[in-house]
Amino acid sequence: MEHIPILRMGEFLLITVQVDMHDRLAMQLQDDLTQRIVESESKGVLIDISSLEVVDSFIGRMLGNIAAMSRVLDAQTVLVGMRPAVAITLVELGMSLPGIRTALNVERGMEILRDGRRTEEAPEFEEEGPVDGSDLD
Amino acid sequence: MEAISTEKLPIRSSEDVVLVRTAVRKKAVEHKFSIVDQTKLVTAASEIARNTLDYGLGGDVNIDVVHNGIKHGLRLVFKDQGPGIPDLNRALQDGYSSGNGMGLGLGGAKRLVDTFEITSAPGEGTKVALTKWTR
Repeated sequence: MEHIPILRMGEFLLITVQVDMHDRLAMQLQDDLTQRIVESESKGVLIDISSLEVVDSFIGRMLGNIAAMSRVLDAQTVLVGMRPAVAITLVELGMSLPGIRTALNVERGMEILRDGRRTEEAPEFEEEGPVDGSDLD
Repeated sequence: MEAISTEKLPIRSSEDVVLVRTAVRKKAVEHKFSIVDQTKLVTAASEIARNTLDYGLGGDVNIDVVHNGIKHGLRLVFKDQGPGIPDLNRALQDGYSSGNGMGLGLGGAKRLVDTFEITSAPGEGTKVALTKWTR
């Protein structure tokens, strides 16, 4: 059985999709990743798709599923490295990937994951903010 | 419209869908499509190839290089012998899906190419022909 490798970096998981995935391989990644989030108690997942020349509605749906499943398992997902032509095509296809956090590259994606952790670990900083309730959500 | 060369590929497994993407990409690069047009055509091909596999129960695709006066482009013709689509207008609407997709396949693919023709009848399979011209 083929698998897309999932690397562990501290409390985050890193996936670099480097092959044109057929549908079963994409489904396998979904299964493998949810398993790994639970096993390694990961708090964030970074998916690098900079090598992907095509993201069609199936792959797009799989990425959306991964983000939703991760959220349910208390992990945040950031999708990085989307090629401009892929972004144009996805939107024209009717798929704007709602619910998926994106960043231009791995570095910025990692910042988002670390920032997410920092605010989670230090809630007292947030409590020092305005207390009129206007910006609490 | 005149076809000057053609290549035929089977669509019988999800690996074949990847091979169709690769073959269409190669042809689009050879014929100097822009990166965006390559990506749109390959994505449309992927959507239709998956339909051929999942709903048409497998089939094949012809990849034709076509000329029309001074224009040239690629035409992809997907054929299957599957159950056919009873209501084509409905199948082309966004959000309509008879399977587990998002219902963006047919309508989405149509937006990504220059011409899109579909013929289908219950029991007679489905044929989808799409064309994209180089700019």
